[in-house]
Amino acid sequence: MGDSSANALSESMKLQSARRYSPWVWSGSALVVMVFVSVAVGPVTIPLPDLVRMLLDLLPGLQLEADWSRTFATIVYQIRLPNTVLMALAGMALGGSGAAYQGLFRNPLADPYIIGVASGAGLGAVLAMAANWPVSLLGMATVPLAAFIAALITVGVVYSIARVGRSTPVTTLILAGVAVSSFATAMTSLIMLLSTDELHRAVNWMVGGFALGGWEPVLASLPYLLIGLTVLALLGRHLNVLQFGDEQARQMGLDVERSKLIIVVAASLVAATAVAFSGIIAFVGLIVPHVVRLLWGPDYRRTLPLAILVGGSFLLAADVVARVILAPRELPVGVITAVVGAPFFLWLLYRTKGRVRIW
Amino acid sequence: MRNELRIVQATLGYGMEPVLQDVNLSVQPGEILAIVGPNGVGKSTLVKGACGSLPLLDGEVLIGDQNLSELKPNRRACMVSVVSQAVNLPPAFYALDVVLMGRTPYLGWLEQESDRDRQIALEAMARTETIDLAARPIGELSGGEQQRVLIARALTQLTPVMLLDEPTAHLDLRHQDNLLKLVRELALVDNLAVMITLHDLNLVARFADRVALLSNGRVRKIGAPDEVLTPDELADVYGIHIHVMSHPLDGKPLVLSG
Repeated sequence: MGDSSANALSESMKLQSARRYSPWVWSGSALVVMVFVSVAVGPVTIPLPDLVRMLLDLLPGLQLEADWSRTFATIVYQIRLPNTVLMALAGMALGGSGAAYQGLFRNPLADPYIIGVASGAGLGAVLAMAANWPVSLLGMATVPLAAFIAALITVGVVYSIARVGRSTPVTTLILAGVAVSSFATAMTSLIMLLSTDELHRAVNWMVGGFALGGWEPVLASLPYLLIGLTVLALLGRHLNVLQFGDEQARQMGLDVERSKLIIVVAASLVAATAVAFSGIIAFVGLIVPHVVRLLWGPDYRRTLPLAILVGGSFLLAADVVARVILAPRELPVGVITAVVGAPFFLWLLYRTKGRVRIW
Repeated sequence: MRNELRIVQATLGYGMEPVLQDVNLSVQPGEILAIVGPNGVGKSTLVKGACGSLPLLDGEVLIGDQNLSELKPNRRACMVSVVSQAVNLPPAFYALDVVLMGRTPYLGWLEQESDRDRQIALEAMARTETIDLAARPIGELSGGEQQRVLIARALTQLTPVMLLDEPTAHLDLRHQDNLLKLVRELALVDNLAVMITLHDLNLVARFADRVALLSNGRVRKIGAPDEVLTPDELADVYGIHIHVMSHPLDGKPLVLSG
């Protein structure tokens, strides 16, 4: 290796390592900022200095003098903070699972909604609620479990129908996803029509998001999300190898079937949990991974954790907009993710058309 | 001898349909065995069987005294690496990251690459003269460069056996030549047992130590190039008239059709 090439290499490595850190800084601080905005904004605006000190007070080891008003404390600790955390977790779950499905199926259109996992999970959740309206924390924890099992069945059915030989073509994947998704939605509607008043509440909760409020849904979803998201964030290396196709991945020593199974289980677990607690929120799982790839390249070792972070801030931003745009009326957050997300996605596609190759 | 590749009484195929039967061959460390034969005769199938990614219908593949089918996927990939054709590569990955994926068999389930893995990858890139390409997306590289990157990836697996499937397809004369010189050097220096499928019989004559000629689902003949690349054998297998002359410079077989 000559001097010039050694220099070229070290220069390019420096460039790469500079690019290695900035995405984390950007997406991390965006999430923190969005948490603050989301807690501050509402019918009663919390002044920023109070808010900062109220949130700092939650950190272990910090004892601040509680000189803020009792009303603020109730609003922040009992209402906005749990709602914000739940919304951020849902966004993280959707962003992470979207990235995982896209990498797993090697297909840019795979996302929890398009491949029917979300509808399947919804059906599972409603079935569980029909059997047992979750008034207790334990009862609430069974809803994501039912949603998870239904999501796994859905992804299994869709994948086995869509699979042609050793690959999963876009068209068959979408067709199978749409068909299975319609079936699950129809079944959900049927249960709704036959349901009692209690289940009506359950269904409203699922479609409208966290009408229940408080910390219980956060606590109930946290175990599933912590496990699922941690596994996903660490499996980017496996997804990278899978991008070369099953045959080459096998030759590189990856246990392809095991890796795929673990990824699909983890992605379905977090997607199902998001659906069970935050209802149907479209577009996040599709857009967020693409935005991450367009900005920071295709390496799943970064794409996955970054999609998780960006998913959280994206959904929080959409939720803030949903709460203020027609205040005092609150819109479903899914309306905003679609209305804002779709044009933004199209703009990104247009801007980078032919310049950046993401697949 | 340690770490030779031996395929013993193997039947290879997909489902119940055998493509190749009664395959018996061995490759010694430092040796290049070329696999030749008409399209569809099962050259790629043989590569998939020899690396363990396609389970054998019968028989066994041994590396040293290890039976490949008894090993887990990651242990197999520490014994035998595969350089496949440079097609359908995910274009946006940096060349260095592609080479680094050769460390997959050595990494635990949730383990990430270390500096030592990176060092091994960079050394492999230096040896295949791809180090200048390390920070470029693989989709921007030429066919010959991509093929060299894939060889570097196979080298980072640090295996005693390397299989190459049509590595010179789509390459021009110069790149074919350079690539096979590199393979030859790696076989000698690293004492690699190399099995390579090739279409160009003249490249086979120049670079292979021995040749296995496949025909009608069997290994028809194995031997030195001048024993196997004869007009009678080749005319029979390829079904056209073939002349074999002596290369004016080195006396190796020169195969001409017509």
